[in-house]
Amino acid sequence: MAHEARTSTTPSQETFRVTRRAALRGGLALLAVPLLAACSQSGSASSPTAAPTTASNPTAAPTTAATAHATAAATAQPTVAPATTTSAAPTAQSASSASKIGGSVSVLATWGGNEQKNFEAMVKPWEDQTGAKMNYEGTRDLNAVLATRVSAGNPPDLAGLPGPGQMAQFAKQGKLVDLSNVLDMNAMKQQYATSWLELAQAGGKQVGIFIKAALKGSIWYDVKVFQSAKYQIPKTWDDLMKLSNQIVSSGKTPWSIGLESGASSGWPAADLIDDIVLRQAGPDAYDKWYQGQLKWSSAEIKQAWQTWGQIATNPKMAYGGKQYMLSTNFGKAADPLFSNPPHAYLHYQASFITSFIEQDNPSVKPIVDYNFFFFPTINSQYDGAVEGSGDLFGMFKQTDQSATLIKWLTTPQAQSIWVKAGGALSPNKLVALDTYPDEISKESAQILSNGSIVRFGADDLMPTAMENAFWKGTLAYVNNPGQLDSILSHLDSVQADSYKS
Amino acid sequence: MDRLGLALLAIVGVPLVTCGYLVVGERLLNELPPRVQRAIRPWLWLAPAIALLGVFLVYPTIETIRVSLYGPSSQHFVGLANYSYLASDAGLRLTIRNNLLWIVVFTAVTVALGLIIAVLTDRRRYENFAKAVVFLPMAVSFVGAGVIWKFVYDYQPAGAGQTGLLNAGLLATVPGFSPRAWLILDPINNLALIAVGVWVWTGFCTVILSAALKGLSREVLEAAKVDGANAWQIFLLVTLPCIAPTIAVVTTTMVIFSLKAFDIVYVMTSGNFNTDVLANRMYTEMFTNDNFGRAAAIAVILLVAIVPVMAINVRRFRRQEEQN
Repeated sequence: MAHEARTSTTPSQETFRVTRRAALRGGLALLAVPLLAACSQSGSASSPTAAPTTASNPTAAPTTAATAHATAAATAQPTVAPATTTSAAPTAQSASSASKIGGSVSVLATWGGNEQKNFEAMVKPWEDQTGAKMNYEGTRDLNAVLATRVSAGNPPDLAGLPGPGQMAQFAKQGKLVDLSNVLDMNAMKQQYATSWLELAQAGGKQVGIFIKAALKGSIWYDVKVFQSAKYQIPKTWDDLMKLSNQIVSSGKTPWSIGLESGASSGWPAADLIDDIVLRQAGPDAYDKWYQGQLKWSSAEIKQAWQTWGQIATNPKMAYGGKQYMLSTNFGKAADPLFSNPPHAYLHYQASFITSFIEQDNPSVKPIVDYNFFFFPTINSQYDGAVEGSGDLFGMFKQTDQSATLIKWLTTPQAQSIWVKAGGALSPNKLVALDTYPDEISKESAQILSNGSIVRFGADDLMPTAMENAFWKGTLAYVNNPGQLDSILSHLDSVQADSYKS
Repeated sequence: MDRLGLALLAIVGVPLVTCGYLVVGERLLNELPPRVQRAIRPWLWLAPAIALLGVFLVYPTIETIRVSLYGPSSQHFVGLANYSYLASDAGLRLTIRNNLLWIVVFTAVTVALGLIIAVLTDRRRYENFAKAVVFLPMAVSFVGAGVIWKFVYDYQPAGAGQTGLLNAGLLATVPGFSPRAWLILDPINNLALIAVGVWVWTGFCTVILSAALKGLSREVLEAAKVDGANAWQIFLLVTLPCIAPTIAVVTTTMVIFSLKAFDIVYVMTSGNFNTDVLANRMYTEMFTNDNFGRAAAIAVILLVAIVPVMAINVRRFRRQEEQN
C-alpha cells in the first residue's frame, strides 16, 4: 500500500475506472446468480436420492468384514422357521407394484464384503421388478454415522438400526416413519411372531422391522480334529473348562478370540458375557441388568466377567494372547481352527460366522469339516436359555422406492435369498426349514425357535453410551485383567449417567 | 443432476457475486466525497471476509461455549456440570496426557527432522528430489495415512505368517525378535500413532525451513568459516539463530496441528488402549453418546489450550510488522 497521500487520483479510481459496461456486467452478474439458483432448484423434484457422505466411511477400508452385530431382545419366544408345510407366500404380500417406478433409494447398514454381496442379492429382484436402484453404503461405525446423518437432516432412506436402543432414541426424536402405514400389518402379524414385532416397536408404533436373524451362543469347532483327538462335546460349562484344560495340557491353546471391529471393537466379548449372564444369573437378572437396574459391580455381573476371564485373560487359553485378541478382526478369528496344524480348537461366535469361515477357507464344508455345539449350561435351572439377535431396519424417508423396498425385504422370498446363501436365519415364519442350505443353519433355526428362555443381546438393548462403554470395558479387561474392579465401577458411573434420558 | 448444478453455481457464482459486489460497491463509492471514500473503502473490501469469518468462525465459537453450559440435548441449562464431570473423569485425564504427548513428541520430532533434512539437502544436487519425496506423504489424507500404517503395524502371533510390514521386517533382521501388536501395547502405541503424524507432516516443516535457510546471507556464513568455525559450530551459532523466527512459526503451527489430531487415532485404534485424544473424545461424546453439552465442553477445553499458542503467534507477527 502506498503511504504517500495522493490528492489527484486514488488507487481505486485508477484501477477501477468503472465504465458503464463494467457496471452493467457487475449488475447482471449479481442478478444472474439468484436466477441460476432458482432454475436449479426447480429442476430437482422431490428426489429420493440422498447424498452418500464419503467422509462417513473411515473404517470401512481396512478389512473386508463388517459387523452384523445388530441385535434386539425378546421376552417371549420368537419363532424363526417352523413352517414345515410350504415356502410359498401369499402373492398379495410379495407383489411390489408391477409398474416400473425407477429412481433410487439409499440404504445404510453395517454389512461389508460377503455380507454386503448377500444383501445386494436379496435386493436384486426388487431392482429388476421396479427398475429402481439401491445405493448401498456400509460402515462399521453405524451408531455414529447414522446419528450424524440423522441430526444433519441428511438421513438415508432406509437404514439398518444398531438395535432397539438406538431405534427408540430415533423414534423419540420423531425421525422414524411409522411402518404400519407402509407394511401390510395383518400379513406381518401372521408371518412374524409377536415378540419379533414388539421388539421393533417404540411408543406403540411399529418403527422398525426385522429382516434377518441370528443365533448367538454357538461354539464352533473343526469336526475332523475333534474326531481324531477324541474330544467330547461338552454339555456344561464345567465340561467345557475340562476340555479346554485338556487341550492346554497337551501343549496347545484351545480358544481363538478376535475382538477388533473398528469403532465397535469388543462386541464379540460383550456377546459372550451376555450369554454367561443369561445362563449363570438367569433371565430376571439379565433383564434388570440391561435395563440399568442391576449394577455392573454386583456379584452376578462381576462373576460373569470373571467366568469369561477364565478363557480370555489366560494366555494359555487364548491363541496369541491378548495381542492377538485385541488386534484381530472378528471375521478372521475362526481361521486358526482350520490352519494346518490347527492353532486353536474352539471359537465362540453367532451363526453368521459361517459365511466368513467359508470365505476364508473355501475347502471347508459344513457338518463334514466344521460344526457347532450350542453354548453349554452353566446353571441347570436356566437350561434351555437361548440368546438370539436380528437385523433391524427402519425407514427415515418415505418414498415409493423405499416403501416398496422395505416391503420386499420383509417377504419370505426376499429373506430366503440370504438364507440360501448361508449365514442368515429368517424371522419370517413362512420361510420353510428346507430353505436352509445345510444342517448347521437348520439346527440354528430350530434352536432359536425352540428355546424355552429366549433373550436378545443385552448390549444392543442398552443405550448407546452404555453399550459403547461395555465394549470398551471388555477390551480394557483383556488388556489389564487386574483392573476389573475399576472397569466395573466406571461402567457403573456410565450406567448412572446414560439411562437418565 | 441438481448437485452438478449446485457445484457449478458455487464455482462460477461465488467469484461472480464477489466481483459484482466489489465493482458495484466501488461504482457507488466513487459518488461520495474523497475523505468519506477513504474511510469506507477498507470496510467495503473487508466486508465479505468479515461476514464469512463471522458466520463460520465467530458464531460457532460463541455458540459452542453456550452449548457447553447446557445438557445433552441442549434443552436444559446445567451451568458448569459438564466441566465438573470432565474434571473428575479419569478417562479425560488420560486423554489430556496423550494430547500432551502428541504436542511434545510430534512437534519436536517433525521440526527436528524437518530441520535436519532441510540442512542436509541444502544446495545439493538432489535437493529437489529429496524434498519432493519427503513432502509426498502430505498429499495423502490423514485417513489414507491411517489405513496405510494400519497395514504396516499389523500383527500375527509368532509362528503364523506376518502380515504387517514392520513385524515382518523386524523379524527378518533382528535376531530373537517376537512380533508385537504395535497398536495395542501401551505406551508404544501412542508413539506408533505419532509416527504416522510425523510421516505426514515432516514434509511441511522441511519445505518451510528449507526456504528459510535459503534466506541466509552467504557473507555471514563465509565470515564464520573464515573465523575458523567448523560446520557444527556454524550450524549452532550462526544458522539456528538466523532462522529462529521461522522455527518458532513452524513449531507453533505443529503444536496447533497436534491438538487437531483425530483421523489417525480414529482410524487406527478408535481411541482404545489408552490412545484417546481430545478430538476423538469430542467425536465420541457428540455422535456416539449423543451428548452435545459434553462435546462442546471438550471443544472449549481445546480452544482454551490453543489460545496461548495463538497469542504467541500473533505477538510474533506484530513484532515482525514493527520491525519492518
